Amino acid sequence: MIAFLLRRIATFLATLAIASVVIFAALELLPGDPAQIMLGIDAPPDALEALQKKLGVDRPVVERYFTWIGGLVVGDMGESFTYVMPVSDLIMTRLGVTLPLALLAALISVVIGVPVGLYAAANHKTPRDYGVMIFGQLGIAIPNFWFAILLVLVFSIYLGWFPAGGFPGWDAGFWPAIKALILPAFSLAIVEAAIFARISRSAVLDVLREDFVRTARAKGLSRKSTLVKHVLRNAMIPIITICGLELSSLLVGTIVIEQVFNIPGLGRLVFQSLTQLDLMVVKNLIMLLVALVVFINLVVDLLYAVIDPRLKHQGH
Amino acid sequence: MLQVKNLNVTLAGATRDISIVKDVSFELDAGRSLGVVGESGSGKSMTALALMGLLPGAIRASGSINLAGQELLALSEQEMCSVRGNKVAMIFQEPMTSLNPVQTIGRQVAEPLILHKGMTRAAARQEAIRLLDRVGIPDAARRLDVYPHQLSGGQRQRVMIAIALSCSPKVLVADEPTTALDVTVQRQILDLLRELVSETRMALIIISHDLGVIGEMVDEMLVMYGGNVVERGQADKVFAQPAHPYTSRLLEAIPRFGMSRSERLKTIPGTMPEIGSEMKSCIFAGRCDLVCADCLQAPPPFVSVDDAHVAACIKAGRVMETVQ
Amino acid sequence: MSTFLKNARMHRSLMIGGVLTLLLLSVAVLSLFWTPWSPTAIDIANKLKGPSAKHWLGTDHLGRDVLSMLMSGSQISIIVGFLAVSVGLLVGVALGALASTYRGWVEELIMRMSDFSIAFPIIITAVLLTAILGPGTVNSILAIGIFNIPIFARITRGAANAAWAREYVMAAQTCGKGRLRITIEHVLPNISGALIVQATILFAVAILAEAALSFLGLGTQPPEPSWGKMLNNAQTFVGLAPHLAIFPGLAIALSVMGLNLIGDGLRDVLDPKLARAR
Ligand SMILES: Nc1ncnc2c1ncn2[C@@H]1O[C@H](COP(=O)(O)OP(=O)(O)OP(=O)(O)O)[C@@H](O)[C@H]1O
Ligand code: SF4
Ligand SMILES: [Mg+2]
Repeated sequence: MIAFLLRRIATFLATLAIASVVIFAALELLPGDPAQIMLGIDAPPDALEALQKKLGVDRPVVERYFTWIGGLVVGDMGESFTYVMPVSDLIMTRLGVTLPLALLAALISVVIGVPVGLYAAANHKTPRDYGVMIFGQLGIAIPNFWFAILLVLVFSIYLGWFPAGGFPGWDAGFWPAIKALILPAFSLAIVEAAIFARISRSAVLDVLREDFVRTARAKGLSRKSTLVKHVLRNAMIPIITICGLELSSLLVGTIVIEQVFNIPGLGRLVFQSLTQLDLMVVKNLIMLLVALVVFINLVVDLLYAVIDPRLKHQGH
Repeated sequence: MLQVKNLNVTLAGATRDISIVKDVSFELDAGRSLGVVGESGSGKSMTALALMGLLPGAIRASGSINLAGQELLALSEQEMCSVRGNKVAMIFQEPMTSLNPVQTIGRQVAEPLILHKGMTRAAARQEAIRLLDRVGIPDAARRLDVYPHQLSGGQRQRVMIAIALSCSPKVLVADEPTTALDVTVQRQILDLLRELVSETRMALIIISHDLGVIGEMVDEMLVMYGGNVVERGQADKVFAQPAHPYTSRLLEAIPRFGMSRSERLKTIPGTMPEIGSEMKSCIFAGRCDLVCADCLQAPPPFVSVDDAHVAACIKAGRVMETVQ
Repeated sequence: MSTFLKNARMHRSLMIGGVLTLLLLSVAVLSLFWTPWSPTAIDIANKLKGPSAKHWLGTDHLGRDVLSMLMSGSQISIIVGFLAVSVGLLVGVALGALASTYRGWVEELIMRMSDFSIAFPIIITAVLLTAILGPGTVNSILAIGIFNIPIFARITRGAANAAWAREYVMAAQTCGKGRLRITIEHVLPNISGALIVQATILFAVAILAEAALSFLGLGTQPPEPSWGKMLNNAQTFVGLAPHLAIFPGLAIALSVMGLNLIGDGLRDVLDPKLARAR
């Protein structure tokens, strides 16, 4: 177990290291002078020089890379030149919106998707099962941003139950803030729930074909007890893996959904800094998103080891 | 104690029903053992699963299975659940995959005890130690908390036996319990089963496609071919004087010491008729050396060759003479 | 072959998927020669009109004909999908085949590289590319193509390793043929079924991703009509003209569903083992 843990954490760190090199190289080496890009071609020379100094363009590449990484480790991400504030502060504020949104969406999609998939598997080859499969097909075919627009059309424009966009901030109180996140969360979650349902269904059906299910029935367990006591935990192994992967796609999905709903989270920040060519923000933001995605995968792998004893004893 | 009469297993097809097992009948007393042999696809597993009420998909059983006065085929699914693992238990061919990989073996052995005997977790755990010890798992108390993947194939099959024994069933069905194991382990598991039968007075039904494996350890024998019973009788009699040509061919196919390689590989030429095919003649006619015009007229009835030794062949009992 | 056709006819999802995809392709081809109106012709006087006899699916905020834009937009979806899948297929299959041909450290390196790719989802890659190249259709193709590479590499390696263990490949080996030659002559033709299935499904993913990227303004740029861009514009006017949001979304969903159904169906028909594994 310890060896497994160490190996996974080492892979995690190596992945982050390589990703940081890729991001750094892409943004700082390929396009030429970053200060020039940020300020535009007709920037005044003294402003250009000042920014060049601040970015440290005159220093060697390797040194700049390690300055960046060294800063990241202690939480210093440099300064945004459009917002004139530390990038880390900027990101923390935005994370306070995006993370709750992603978690809310994850919660909704798991709570809906997994039970629906189990229900379909338990009713395999009945109309209920086919219904769930159609729901699953729709889920992978419908773009979440379109679904978001449809939700706005129905629930804010026609019914007026929820705001069509914007975010009042947590200072405005818990309920108004959550209310602004409900439609965005559902537009992410329903589509994802359909995918979870498909995954859970096929995971359970796969386990139902295993020999030990017959053993459980031969012991005298009813169909239902067999499902609950023997099938579910085994099915959880593939479900957690793929749902974990889907959670990172859900995090990335917030980038799109924040655009639709005009929510000031990380996703909006990506586009704002991209159009303003605020490369300091873009670089750190992409690094952060990549780190989150890789971290989710690490957590999934560790969970996996908790559920599946075969992994725990690897190397015995 | 166990009486099976005209057991039929049928697959309900879209256009017609397909018969998988036809009119199997036998009786078995407490403390006795029955061997069921036949080549692959002859319906042995289907017969066993019918006894357990665990036939897959759209496959149904009809006829009568009477266990100590209780008609199993008349029970509801819920009632059958209280019989399975309690009065009738079963072990399977694949010890590697028949145990739940994410539960400790202690928990898996204790489960039927909690379910059927209403034991507490702690009591069931104590009993599980005793059972594992009985089936020859060394250091049972400590092995309670290991997972199946930490055991060898033979040990896993012992665990399966412990699970099956847990509620002292009246009948134990073992479907090819040693096929997946290597020869020395095979022997040990069969010896264990034999000991358990004489110790607990349960009835044992043991299935194999290999006559040599079970021939010496069972009291009675059922030979199946294409879903039909073709011969039934006391094991030693069937062995000494096979009454059906198919049985004698199975006996010839057993490898023995001192056989040359070509002799050892001798198998029965031809293939078994597909299940569900309507037979207007003897089902073995296509592969039988002794086939004659009469054999093709109608399926042969059971012919008695000795007391309680019958074979479905018009030349039953004359097989040995004719072959030699 | 005839049993393939028979199976295909009997397979409902293959049927529905085939019809939807054929529809998509014919609309794209038709739009090369004919659309009811010019997809770029602006007519402010007739803006935001609902469906009518003149404009079957209505007009947008600049008075452009929605049906014509949808028809032309299908071209971009197909081009991006095709090129992105081709990039992934060519590079990914080559890498996967190399891994399975030479095993050892080559395989290890290629597989670790494809594990690493998890860190870069399509949108993040597209953002990075946009920062470097500026927005455009090429970004979409590259971002989606790069995303496809490790998927094809993994599938190819898995299926090829399995094929290497089969008798006819071993037989070819004993004839003294080189490993690379065996891969090309025996292994790759044998795993083409699995690759076709995967390519179909990734084509669907590409259409969805292209729409998302041009919705975000990272992909195809105006005046080139694209479904994602249309939805972006529609969003502003959704209260006034809901048809602007409904039709492009339907076009995306139906195209994606068509390809997915074909993928599922092909999996059943070509490779029943694979169908069970997934
Ligand atoms: N799930 C099923 N659905 C339909 N037919 C089945 C199913 N399982 C088995 N059969 C058919 O039932 C017949 C009897 O199978 P059975 O498994 O009882 O054979 P067996 O004697 O146990 O053979 P083996 O030695 O291979 O285990 C076979 O011909 C098989 O084709
Ligand atoms: S009845 Fe005829 S064909 Fe059938 S086993 Fe006897 S001799 Fe052979
Ligand atoms: Mg069998």
